[in-house]
Amino acid sequence: MARMKFLCDADRCIECNACVTACKNEHEVPWGINRRRVVTINDGKPGERSISMACMHCTDAPCAAVCPVNCFYSTADAVVLHSKDLCIGCGYCFYACPFGAPQYPKVGNFGSRGKMDKCTYCAGGPEADGSKAEYDKYGANRLAEGKLPLCAEMCSTKSLLAGDGEIIAQIYKERVVKRGYGSGAWGWKTAYKETIAT
Amino acid sequence: MLIKRTERQARRSALAEALAGSSNNSIDRRSFLRRSGLAAGGLATLGALPLTSVRKAEAAGTMAPGATIRKSICTHCAVGCTVTAEVVNDVWVGQEPSWESPINRGSHCAKGAAVRELVSGERRLKYPMKLVNGQWTRVSWDQAINEIGDKIQEVWKSSGPDSVYWLGSAKMTNEGAYLFRKLGAFAGTNNTDHQARICHSTTVTGVANTWGYGAMTNNPNDMRNAKTLFFIGSNAAEAHPVAMQHILESKELNKGNLIVCDPRMTRTAAHATEYVRFRPGCDIPLLYGMMWHILKNGWEDKEFIRQRVYGFDDLRKEVEKWTPEEVERVAGVPGDQLKRVAEMFATQKPSTIIWCMGQTQHSIGTAMVRASCIALLMTGNVGGPGMGANILRGHDNVQGATDVGLDIVTLPFYYGLAEGAWKHWARVWEVDYDYLLKRFDSKQIMETPGIPLTRWFDAALLPKDQVGQKDNVRAMFVQGHASNSITRIPESMKALEKLDLLVVADPHPTTWASLAVKAGRKNNMYLLPVATQFECKGSRVSTGRAMQWGEQIVKPIFESKDDLEIIYRIAKKLGFADQMFKNIKVENNLPVAEDVLREMNRGSWSTGYCGQSPERIKAHMKNQAKFDLVTLRAPKDDPEVGGDYYGLPWPCWGTPEVRHPGTPLLYNTNLAVMDGGGVFRARFGVTREETLPDGTKRQVNLLAEGSYSKDSEIKDGYPEFTLAVLKKLGWDKDLTEAELAVINKVNPANPDSVSWSLDLSGGIQRVAMKHGCVPYGNGKARMNAFGLPDPIPVHREPIYTPRVDLISKYPTLPDAKQFRLPNIGFSVQKAAVDKGIAKQFPIILSSGRLVEYEGGGEETRSNPWLAELQQDMFIEINPADAGERGIKDGAWVWVTGAENSAKAKVKALVTERVGRGVAWMPFHFGGWFGGDDLRAAYPAGTDPYVLGESANTITTYGYDPATGMQEPKVTLCQIRAA
Repeated sequence: MARMKFLCDADRCIECNACVTACKNEHEVPWGINRRRVVTINDGKPGERSISMACMHCTDAPCAAVCPVNCFYSTADAVVLHSKDLCIGCGYCFYACPFGAPQYPKVGNFGSRGKMDKCTYCAGGPEADGSKAEYDKYGANRLAEGKLPLCAEMCSTKSLLAGDGEIIAQIYKERVVKRGYGSGAWGWKTAYKETIAT
Repeated sequence: MLIKRTERQARRSALAEALAGSSNNSIDRRSFLRRSGLAAGGLATLGALPLTSVRKAEAAGTMAPGATIRKSICTHCAVGCTVTAEVVNDVWVGQEPSWESPINRGSHCAKGAAVRELVSGERRLKYPMKLVNGQWTRVSWDQAINEIGDKIQEVWKSSGPDSVYWLGSAKMTNEGAYLFRKLGAFAGTNNTDHQARICHSTTVTGVANTWGYGAMTNNPNDMRNAKTLFFIGSNAAEAHPVAMQHILESKELNKGNLIVCDPRMTRTAAHATEYVRFRPGCDIPLLYGMMWHILKNGWEDKEFIRQRVYGFDDLRKEVEKWTPEEVERVAGVPGDQLKRVAEMFATQKPSTIIWCMGQTQHSIGTAMVRASCIALLMTGNVGGPGMGANILRGHDNVQGATDVGLDIVTLPFYYGLAEGAWKHWARVWEVDYDYLLKRFDSKQIMETPGIPLTRWFDAALLPKDQVGQKDNVRAMFVQGHASNSITRIPESMKALEKLDLLVVADPHPTTWASLAVKAGRKNNMYLLPVATQFECKGSRVSTGRAMQWGEQIVKPIFESKDDLEIIYRIAKKLGFADQMFKNIKVENNLPVAEDVLREMNRGSWSTGYCGQSPERIKAHMKNQAKFDLVTLRAPKDDPEVGGDYYGLPWPCWGTPEVRHPGTPLLYNTNLAVMDGGGVFRARFGVTREETLPDGTKRQVNLLAEGSYSKDSEIKDGYPEFTLAVLKKLGWDKDLTEAELAVINKVNPANPDSVSWSLDLSGGIQRVAMKHGCVPYGNGKARMNAFGLPDPIPVHREPIYTPRVDLISKYPTLPDAKQFRLPNIGFSVQKAAVDKGIAKQFPIILSSGRLVEYEGGGEETRSNPWLAELQQDMFIEINPADAGERGIKDGAWVWVTGAENSAKAKVKALVTERVGRGVAWMPFHFGGWFGGDDLRAAYPAGTDPYVLGESANTITTYGYDPATGMQEPKVTLCQIRAA
């Protein structure tokens, strides 16, 4: 069975934000919700590096561990999804997530957050694949169509990789060997309890 | 840990099985790998993946039911990324990666990944609007065209045709831009310009005057061959992100040097192996400083210079002045760093120079780009893989719009404005030369370059006797050009109010609308909604000179119309549509794009658009997957595109039937001309008389010496081909009778003088190539470009420079009259010194691009997916400068400028990205002026989501003497906390 992962090659990422708008485009994500974003460290200084971040679809996902209503589930491809029907917008997952992935639309008064929204790995949600209900709540389901997440597919420099963990690790390894440097598979230790030895 | 497993069959069968290698029917492992970016990862083997399997996989993918795939080209920069649209019921429902395009291979940047929004854009201009007593009022298309036409004729009657200015666009297709230029010709004026003026006009003039053509010599894919990539004034990571794919992979695969010279430590510099910071405007000292080391150490390519370069000795004298000490004093670059960079550039070949607006947008931009060309010539880095001037263009069709002559100095395809050029186009258009002549005020003005768009407001405001035409500019017809990308906005406001007529045809109202209302304009202004290129079809030319055909993805939305239709309707109203569209089919007021391209094919011999028939270009789009990633060539045996280079990069010589494959690398002597080879163009004569110091004169050969393209029958330099030259060689016998008949018809009095560029039969080109020769001749490139204001590039301080101490040694050129207007740069520079401007405004202000926005930015700031990412106009300021002024990161500041008491309220971004004494602003913002929010000045519902101050509110005087280029990259400002 495939184990889907994301990997952002920080030596390739140029903070062009294609991944961010590709996600908006594919899922019609409203203003204010960012399922994916690019984080830059040492901005404007030598050593500046950027990383594209979204839900990493963790092994033993911390969000699922803290969810009081058990709205999270992992698919056969190890994609972490959630049910907006079950979600109560409590925000626990936001505090648990090491990557800041959960987003809330902030509907209504009295601090209510609304149903949590996050990256689905372009895999929709519990509703029937490709159904209108699924699209309305979670966006497109590319995985069911045999396609990968659009953010990675459209990455300008092929920095953001998506796919089976073993394959993308292999791609990254070969890249590092060929070019002679690599700053590591950022976030993998936290998300997948492993890293890529190069 | 609770793990729920989904029961969905689709996902399992599609992915799990694919991954297990049992390719069922939807996607196989190889295509999966390819999609994961492995092919991009530097594994050569994957470049050879059988592409058929990929296509099959995609075809089998379950799209939205009933969806059709349509392909167009991204409209947001000139890299030329293919956009793949899934369309259902004429609605663009999904955007898919364009895996087959050899240019973007599925990738996009933020803008390209968001283009689908454009065709549903809520903030688009929805119907024609008219300003009535200061209120925006909806009108019909017929009413708008009628009233505009009447007003234009009124202005013509009282002031002559030059008083109506036709400002076109690099966002038009070739067909649109060409027709717009043709419209200008039929309207009797050369006041027809577009964004290339403020983008790469200095490149076109400087580079063409060096070696023949002003375009990028190679292309982004070819940068994969380079060992040393030298950036000066290009921030490709933000301006051309998809080109960075090729650049970064080149750096990785070749263990290459990536050198970035820039006053800012840009996002491109973040990936450099060497970053060189220098003072804005000091490109020439930096480049000469490198050449000083190159010459001192003998790293120049002596054989290349001997065979293919003119004027080396003159150059050497200038370079010798730029010792490491002087370079450090002027440009601020340490000598040892420059020596290291010079050695890499000169010895670790092939090397390429990449530049963009950082180098072109200067009052000496032409000289600067020439210095870059000279560095390439000196080291023999032109005319081969991995070499050359990789000059990244901005707008998606700025190369094409320039080629088709939407310009003030030439008719289409660089024929110029002389009588011979007009006669050539009269023949192509099948109208009488006298008919065209009568449309103009005089023969003299017909052959005089027009007014650059950078000066339109000067042409409207200056006293009539200072404007070199019958009257001031009184009407502006603007189709697809921002106003906030032009410098000196406070000055232009006066003209916005004064004009008799202002027409803005654009998908958005643009800052023309909001600033005109702010300026107090109440009437005689029209907004016409234009469709984006995704709602039209036609060809566009990428930065690498490749022509690509965009299909219409959806019909024009709201009441917007195709550029071509608007041009036709205006021509019809003005009474010359029957002549202008004589050979172009018009359906329901819409000229047929293919017909327009065919007309271009028939007249574009000078630039080699003659072989790019619509059929060939469309076949390329259909067969994208067949072109090689690096060479861009299709296999020779392919039935449709065999042997062609992707997009038939011009020059694509001869008629389409000759099947010239296009020229991906200019001046490449390693290939035969029929395989895309070439030589430097013999454009500047055969010999030149030089006077030696002792007064004696000598004739110097301007033709190449012992260098020629592969398989050339002439093993030496040769002049451009004419019938006379063919006769001399005895090759005229190869001309067919039909070809000879056409040649005789072109010039019955003197057929011998008919050249390769005027021969409408293409016979002279065909015969020259049959003998392995390049039609335009085989000349030397010029280090000494006699005829330009500075034949050898000379450093001159910006008009507003903080280094007042350097002005006496490096002053700007004297005042002069250029392009019908006075250029008083020298007086302005002197006045600035006298007034002590540099003390009041001690910080250098530069401007540039953000990845999320494009150009004037109204379109991209109206796209919520992009606008959300950059919500505030800002200024980058160094922590030291900010600290002195008590400015905190993120706080509001007032930026004040050196002219017109200009001020702008923006947010501070305190960062070391800029050096001390330098500030930087993005130029995409608009809709604020002097601290005022102009949201209410837009027609209701058409205001972009994000508004902000325009950088050009602060920018100042300064015009390149050779092109009229503005100076938005160096001025002075002061910043204080708001």
